[in-house]
Amino acid sequence: MKYVDEFRDGTLARGLAESIRRAADTGRDYAFMEFCGGHTHAIFRYGIPALLPDSVRMVHGPGCPVCVLPIGRIDMAIELAARPEVILCSYGDMLRVPGSQRTSLIKAKAAGADVRMVYSCLDALKIAQENPDREVVFFAIGFETTTPPTAAAIRQAGTLGLENFSVFCNHVLTPAAIGNILESPQVRELGSVPLDGFVGPAHVSTVIGSQPYEYFAEEYRKPVVIAGFEPLDVLQAIRMLVDQVNRGEARVENEFSRAVTRDGNPKAKALVAEVFEMRRVFEWRGLGEVPYSALRIKQAYAAFDAERRFDLEPRKGRENPACECPAILRGLKQPQECKLFAKACTPENPLGSCMVSSEGACAAHYTYGRHRAA
Amino acid sequence: MTRHYTSRLDLEHGHVDLTHGGGGRAMAQLIDELFVSAFANPLLEQLNDQASFAVDAGRMVMATDSHVVTPLFFPGGDIGSLAVHGTVNDVAMSGARPLYLAATFILEEGFPLADLARVVESMAQASREAGVPVVTGDTKVVERGKADGLFITTTGVGVVPEGVEISGDRARPGDAILVNGSLGDHGVAIMSSRENLDFGSPVVSDSAALHGLVATMLDSGAELRCLRDPTRGGLAATLNELAQQSGVGMLLDEAALPVREAVRACCEFLGLDPLHVANEGKLVAICPDADAERLLTAMRSHPLGRDAARVGTVIEDDHHFVQMDTAFGGRRMVDWLSGEQLPRIC
Repeated sequence: MKYVDEFRDGTLARGLAESIRRAADTGRDYAFMEFCGGHTHAIFRYGIPALLPDSVRMVHGPGCPVCVLPIGRIDMAIELAARPEVILCSYGDMLRVPGSQRTSLIKAKAAGADVRMVYSCLDALKIAQENPDREVVFFAIGFETTTPPTAAAIRQAGTLGLENFSVFCNHVLTPAAIGNILESPQVRELGSVPLDGFVGPAHVSTVIGSQPYEYFAEEYRKPVVIAGFEPLDVLQAIRMLVDQVNRGEARVENEFSRAVTRDGNPKAKALVAEVFEMRRVFEWRGLGEVPYSALRIKQAYAAFDAERRFDLEPRKGRENPACECPAILRGLKQPQECKLFAKACTPENPLGSCMVSSEGACAAHYTYGRHRAA
Repeated sequence: MTRHYTSRLDLEHGHVDLTHGGGGRAMAQLIDELFVSAFANPLLEQLNDQASFAVDAGRMVMATDSHVVTPLFFPGGDIGSLAVHGTVNDVAMSGARPLYLAATFILEEGFPLADLARVVESMAQASREAGVPVVTGDTKVVERGKADGLFITTTGVGVVPEGVEISGDRARPGDAILVNGSLGDHGVAIMSSRENLDFGSPVVSDSAALHGLVATMLDSGAELRCLRDPTRGGLAATLNELAQQSGVGMLLDEAALPVREAVRACCEFLGLDPLHVANEGKLVAICPDADAERLLTAMRSHPLGRDAARVGTVIEDDHHFVQMDTAFGGRRMVDWLSGEQLPRIC
C-alpha cells in the first residue's frame, strides 16, 4: 500500500528503536503522554511497547472522543432515541457505551428505538431527506477533526431547508483538555505523575495547526511533538521528545509536517466558527467540568440544535464507583491497576468508557497488550 | 413422476406468495419446477419427506449452517453457492468426505421468483461441482416484512476415513500453523457491496468448497491435528478457539500472513483488522513441525491452496493467548473480535 507501508517499515523501526534506546540511556526515566486515542491504538497495534527501553513509558491520554463523553450525555442520547418520532444516527462506537443503569444505545435499539449506525454526518442528512415524517438527530461527537464535517452538514441542511434534521452536539476541544491535565495538582505541583512531554495530535492538528500548543510548551515547560498516526511517526516523535528532554528544551516540534502546518486549515476553522460557539463549561468524563472546552450550535443555526429543539435537560450520570476511567484518562493510573479491568469490565461488557472504543486505553490494552502483564 | 399444472411458474416476473408454503398444489409446483429440476438427483426425485441412503461403515459427521447474508448476490458468489460451501466445509473440517446435503428455504412473501431461481441454480451448480447432492429439503413462506427476502439453512453429512483423527483440542506446542491462502477476501467483498458503504473494490469472495483440498492434504501422509475454517471473526477467532480447546498459546508472524493488497487497503480505510474479517474458502491447519513442509507442498499442489503459507507456531502458554510478532518489529496480542464487525456476512 503506497503511502502507508513506508510508515510501517520494520527495518527503519528497529533502527529508530535502537537510537531511542541509546538516547534514553541517561539514568533517568521518561514519561510521555500520547494525547490521542489514535496514537494509543497505533502503539498497541504495532507492538511499540516491546520496542521501547524500560526507561521510556507512554502514558495514555484522554484523546478518545467516545471515552471522554460523560454518562449524562449518553443518557440524553438514549432519551432522545426513545422518542417515537426520532431516528437517532450515531457513529458505531457510541452504540455500546454504557449509560446509567447499564443502558446503552444498542440496548435501546433492541428495545425498539430507531437507532442507526452511520459512517458520516452526511449519511444522517440523507436519512433525513428520505424520512420527511421523522425527526432525524445526528449524535455528533469528536474533537476538532470531526467538527468541520458536522458544521458542513448543518449548513447544508440549512441550504436544503431540511426541517426534520438536527444535531446533538458534543464536540470538544483538544487544547482545553491538555491545559486541564497540566493544571491538575498531581502534574503541576506534586509531581506525583511525572509527565515529561506530549506526543501531539495528528488529525486534530491538521485542522487547528501547531500554534495552539506553543502556549503549553512555554507556560508549562513541556515539549510537544506533533506526530502522525503511523507507527514510525510515533517512534520518531518519541525520539524527538527524548532529545528535547535531554537538551532541557520545551518546544513545539512538528513530526507530521506532511499534513500539519502552523496555522492549520483556515477554511475548516472558518466553517466551524460560522456554525459553532464555545460552551462556557462542559463536563468531561475523567476530567470533570472543563471551562471553554466544548462547542455548541450558534443561535443562527438554532433550528438544527437538538438540545433546543427537544428541550433536553442536562443530566447527571452515575458512574460505577469502582471504575478507574477518570484516573486512567488523566494518566494517573494504568488500565491494569483498575480492579474491574479484564474481570467485570471487558470489551464485550464494558463498564467504563475506556473499554468501549478501540481507541480507549483499556480496550487497546485488553485487546493488544494483555500478554505483557500476564 | 411428472405432475401437470395449468400454467408454469412465472420465473421471470412472478413473486413468492403465501400459497408457495401452504402445502397445496402451488407448493408442489414450486418444488417440482424449481428445486427438483435444479437439484436433479435420484434421491430427491423420490419426493419423500426424507432421503434414505446407505453409508460406509465408520464415523459419521453431521453439520448445519444457516445463511442470512446481505446482499444475496455479491462479487464471487451468492447466498446459494455460499449455503453449499459453508456446510460442505464444516463437514470437511473433520477430515470427512461430505456425502449429502439437506436444504431449508425460508422465503418472504413477495420475493421475486427470478431471484429465487437464480439462487437455486447457483446452489445446484455449487452442489454439482462439489459432488455433494441436495437430497432432501423444506420450504416455508412467511408474510412480507417477517424475513428479509430469503434465508437458507443447509445440513450436511459425511464419513471420516479410517485413521483420521482431527479435532480442535489436538494442537501441541511446537506444531506449525498453516493457512491455504489470502485472508479477509469474503468479508471485504461483502462490505464493499453494501449500499451504505459507497466504495468499489476489485475483491471477490473466496467462497469455495474445501473438501477436495482436505482430501489432498490427507493423502499427503502428513499428520493433521486440527482443521478449521476461519469464517466469522476471521483467523483471530479461529486461532483463539483452537488455543483454548487445546490449552496452548500461539505465536503468529505478521509478515508471513497472506493478505491481498486490496483487502489490506479496504481494511485500512474502514479501520478493520484483516485478522478479524470473514473467509469462506479458507482453512487453518495445525500439524507437527516435522510434517509442515510436506503438508504445505501438498496444499500448494491444489488450486485452492496455491498461496498456502506457514503463518505461526503453537507455543506453551498457560493463558492460552494468541500473540503476533508484528512486521513492524513489536509483539502484540491477537484477540477475539469484540462486538459485531458487520452483521449478516454469511
